Amino acid sequence: MEKFTKISGVAAPLPLVNIDTDMIIPKQFLKTIKRSGLGVNLFDEMRFDRQGNEIADFVLNKPAYRQAQILVAGDNFGCGSSREHAPWALADFGIKAIISTSFADIFYSNCFKNGMLPIVLPQEAVDVLMKDAEKGSNARIEVDLESQTVTSSDGQSFKFDVDAFKKHCLLNGLDDIGLTMEKAKSIDSFEAKAAMERPWV
Amino acid sequence: MSPKTLYDKIWDAHVAHESEDGTCLLYIDRHLVHEVTSPQAFEGLRMAGRKVRAPEKTIAVPDHNVPTTIDRANASTMTEESRIQVEALDKNAKDFGIHYYPVSDVRQGIVHIVGPEQGWTLPGMTVVCGDSHTATHGAFGSLAHGIGTSEVEHVLATQTLIQKKSKNMKVEITGKLRPGVTAKDITLSVIGATGTAGGTGYVIEYCGEAIRDLSMEGRMTVCNMAIEGGARAGLIAPDEKTFEYVKGRPHAPKGAAWEAAMAYWQTLFTDEGAHFDKVITIKGEDIAPVVTWGTSPEDVLPITATVPAPESFKGGKVEAAQRSLDYMGLTAGQKLTDIEIDTVFIGSCTNGRIEDLRAAAEILKGKKIKVKRAMVVPGSGLVRAQAEEEGLADIFKEAGFEWRLAGCSMCLAMNPDQLSEGERCASTSNRNFEGRQGYKGRTHLVSPAMAAAAAITGHLTDVREMM
Repeated sequence: MEKFTKISGVAAPLPLVNIDTDMIIPKQFLKTIKRSGLGVNLFDEMRFDRQGNEIADFVLNKPAYRQAQILVAGDNFGCGSSREHAPWALADFGIKAIISTSFADIFYSNCFKNGMLPIVLPQEAVDVLMKDAEKGSNARIEVDLESQTVTSSDGQSFKFDVDAFKKHCLLNGLDDIGLTMEKAKSIDSFEAKAAMERPWV
Repeated sequence: MSPKTLYDKIWDAHVAHESEDGTCLLYIDRHLVHEVTSPQAFEGLRMAGRKVRAPEKTIAVPDHNVPTTIDRANASTMTEESRIQVEALDKNAKDFGIHYYPVSDVRQGIVHIVGPEQGWTLPGMTVVCGDSHTATHGAFGSLAHGIGTSEVEHVLATQTLIQKKSKNMKVEITGKLRPGVTAKDITLSVIGATGTAGGTGYVIEYCGEAIRDLSMEGRMTVCNMAIEGGARAGLIAPDEKTFEYVKGRPHAPKGAAWEAAMAYWQTLFTDEGAHFDKVITIKGEDIAPVVTWGTSPEDVLPITATVPAPESFKGGKVEAAQRSLDYMGLTAGQKLTDIEIDTVFIGSCTNGRIEDLRAAAEILKGKKIKVKRAMVVPGSGLVRAQAEEEGLADIFKEAGFEWRLAGCSMCLAMNPDQLSEGERCASTSNRNFEGRQGYKGRTHLVSPAMAAAAAITGHLTDVREMM
């Protein structure tokens, strides 16, 4: 997995609340057996009309935001389906961090598996960053995972919380499965004990 | 020992390893797999030269993509991409030696209906699947939740998940439900009250007299939509109804193993005085048959209400509500019962079980539909067979419904069952998101009885007037 340490980039404002994973990547693109190449279909029904033409006023179609690396989004981002195609599509487009007041649980953990950082901040902080993002390509927002801070283009800094283990994995680009396999003995002994206590499972 | 919630007990019984920072390896008892969220996970295993650690605890069934028309054995009914996904599952199940119910098997169906039906889902278990509606299995007092594809691969390889414990939330539905009010109305009303992010960070335990009174089918409907309230999982403590449902199922324990399991299952309840971080109480008698008007499952109102004005909401919801009304083609102040319906869909892991079909057939008996099209998609081949045996299929067909084969169908419209632009559907499924049932399709979530009522009148209807 790719490491995440620090980025400085353009942030696209998406103030709509409850952006669901069906919006992020509609189901017709889930018929793939690969993880790659979904960026072109990101936000498909908001970004393109039925003929495949860009819808000019959608934020990621505006010249200032085509290279956005950060999204500043409304509450409950990523709700709905568990499809990891949503973070795959975001990452493939080039998004590396998403800032919101809250994220849906499954989407939140899926982000970390793909080198992407979801950041939860209080409403007031998200409001400041949303305004900053609206300034377009002149405003670069900085995200520093090591110090757990987001800094707006005019220098306002906000601290965020992140689980220590998730942070460690992201900073070092670690593969979960490899780490868990190092604990195979614990799993073996749990399995042996469970087979005695709950043999019907 | 301090009193524990049901969630605490199941969690504690499955921690295989705990790190100093509280990160746990949670052991997984049942891993359900379908064709859409698994191919990349199996591919990952192959590339790393890994095996499935516990194939005997892993169960696969294709459901999302499969056509539900009678002629589906004909390969041309599927798009090339869908066919490749289903064939990938066929191959992965065979290569890795996991339990499998192919499309041709009468037991095939929606993964969350097949699991309980075959007795794979048992009280006190941990159950995961790469599908958010895994919450369904919580109806058995098992800890069940959806995971992403990376986690699917993690569970395949290690039979564990890296987890931190969620908080405990209690949702109590007191007293009795009024006539015409169902499990679907309970679960939608809870989401209406808490919002779609109200459960974020929590595992919900549903309890109270109205929950106890529900059948297992009803309890599955309630837990199924816990995810729509943002919760990691929904649980209901097992009781005699649970044990009765499980007994005799193909993969349920038998003989001495049954006795031992029962002794354990009877300890699966929340202790007196256990701590909940959040408590919601709703009176059963206050719940009405409900319908969604917008594009989020929290946009719930009693059928007797009118379409709300966006300015009646706060914050970001004002803009979202306006967008919903534009998308849905509705005007504030319009009576919900005046909304005309084109299509009725009865099915899904929320409402595709036998009791759901019975409830709809009860309303439809001897009537004809007024909507342009209506379909029933049973949740599994066995539900379909039972409904035929009980004469329900004839009632549906005589009323003008299409009688389909099992699958997810129009709940997410990955197969050919889709709404066209502007088509308005009364649906027993779980999500009314933009485009969910087809590009620019409009979804109103309802119970099976309410869906049947709308099919007969051609508009959203208070089912109580037809009872």
